[in-house]
Amino acid sequence: MIKNVNQISEQAFLLDFGNEITKEINQNVLNTFYYISKNMQKDNFLGLKNCVPSYNKLLIHFDPSKKNKEDLINFINNIEFSQVRSKKNVEELEIPVCYDEEFALDIQNVSKKTKIDEDAIIKSHLSTKFFVYMIGFMPGLPFMGDLESNLNVLRLNTPRLRVPFGSVGIVEKFCVIYPNESPGGWNIIGRTPIKLFFKDKKKPTLLNPGSQIKIRLISKKEFFELQKIYE
Amino acid sequence: MSNYHFKVERPGIHTTFQDFGYEYLQHFGITTGGVVDNNLFQTANKLLGNEKNETIIEFAYQGPRLRLDKGNVQIVITGEVHFIISKKSENFSKNIGETYRTYQLNEGDIIDILATKTSVYGYFGVIGGFKINKYNRCGSTLVGSGIGPNNGKRIQENQLIEFNMESKKNKLKQLSYLSNNKDNIIRAIEGPQINFFSKETINNFFNKTFKISKSADRMGVRLEGNKIVSKNTSNIPSEGIIKGSVQIPGDGNPIVLMVDHPTIGGYPKIATVILNDIAKLSHQSFGKEICFEKVSIETAENLYNANKKYLDKMFQSIKLL
Repeated sequence: MIKNVNQISEQAFLLDFGNEITKEINQNVLNTFYYISKNMQKDNFLGLKNCVPSYNKLLIHFDPSKKNKEDLINFINNIEFSQVRSKKNVEELEIPVCYDEEFALDIQNVSKKTKIDEDAIIKSHLSTKFFVYMIGFMPGLPFMGDLESNLNVLRLNTPRLRVPFGSVGIVEKFCVIYPNESPGGWNIIGRTPIKLFFKDKKKPTLLNPGSQIKIRLISKKEFFELQKIYE
Repeated sequence: MSNYHFKVERPGIHTTFQDFGYEYLQHFGITTGGVVDNNLFQTANKLLGNEKNETIIEFAYQGPRLRLDKGNVQIVITGEVHFIISKKSENFSKNIGETYRTYQLNEGDIIDILATKTSVYGYFGVIGGFKINKYNRCGSTLVGSGIGPNNGKRIQENQLIEFNMESKKNKLKQLSYLSNNKDNIIRAIEGPQINFFSKETINNFFNKTFKISKSADRMGVRLEGNKIVSKNTSNIPSEGIIKGSVQIPGDGNPIVLMVDHPTIGGYPKIATVILNDIAKLSHQSFGKEICFEKVSIETAENLYNANKKYLDKMFQSIKLL
């Protein structure tokens, strides 16, 4: 399952699960992540400091001052993949999104580039069953896929300095939601009023890698009503 | 009734609470943070007799001016720092302070951390540590995410900085051994996407000099003056990143990721700066020239272990004043 174990620093291994970005490969990454995480909850397990899943890689960050690199390599090489299983309960969540022109900063451009009219873009986005590949870049930001191939667009040539929080952006077959205001180069097609990151909760993110997401269309009125609840 | 505290008369340019940083939160998108210069941090706590990971105040370029409004406390400053202590009992006459030694401050005294001279980061600690609200048992402020002590913010003008305990004027200590390595050679190992670059480009990266650009901070040090271009694409599927990773974005100006880096990144990485040289790089200010030297992982590991010995030697050189 692991194609390659690459030591990229005194304190990190990068585990490679394959070149493509598919749900199957990502599921292998996530299963391995959950398997390691379970062990990591034990105190100071092999000096692990962080374990970061992404589309097709798993970054393992460890404390180089502990003489445990060999143990860690052994642990990785001896992962019994028959024991590495998917989480039983896949979370299914609904995210409300408003596509009003006030929020959909780039939908006109996406429409021009893809030659699909705005309503059809929204319809396609709404009908996609999203899968969360990973959380990262900033706290709580989900990378989701897969969009229909005719909706695939490239990054903005010049990234925005400020993308409003809650903005829903697309690039290639992926879709992100910015939990906080941030600079960003994704094509913004809508905005959600709900919060994705709760720093004081034990599990601070609303979404997890592997979560299944459906988008629900809301009006601008509903957007502001929901936003009030979340304030 | 407020506790023992300093009042912030001037916050400085980028002054934050830091410790070793966050662990096991990166998969939520929360970066590691923590002190930029581990050696200066550990030396400060050692001089104060604190726990190894006691939270400290990190400043960049210009530090804060603090008035000790309530209590008496021993302090230390580490780094290449120009600072002044004005004691109330001496009518606030200005005395230039020495780094790497502890001082007793009494109620009413003022400490003014003016500049980090030719370096960038410096550290200010007190015996017993600061009284802060930790996040996940960690005392590091992530300004970009609004997480950590001080409500996730830098130290602000007029705020109070509370500390845990009073200390008396006894057992002042000083460090007597310090190495003075001033070169600008940053050692790095090959990065995970080294194959994205031609032999010529790789040679160029490891042989020609770069300049530190204006945008160098706790997130990353952006370099300029020697464009590095990948063979094909300047994007990869985003993957987990660590401090020291040298990303090459489309414009060809490398970014060396520092402690507050994003948790994942989609630029190819030509190299990883070794842990030992992260601090050296971070102390290079705008306009300075640096160059990279390629080393093996084994060398990096050996240097890491050698640094621990160096720290031990330094700690053993601590003497009572």
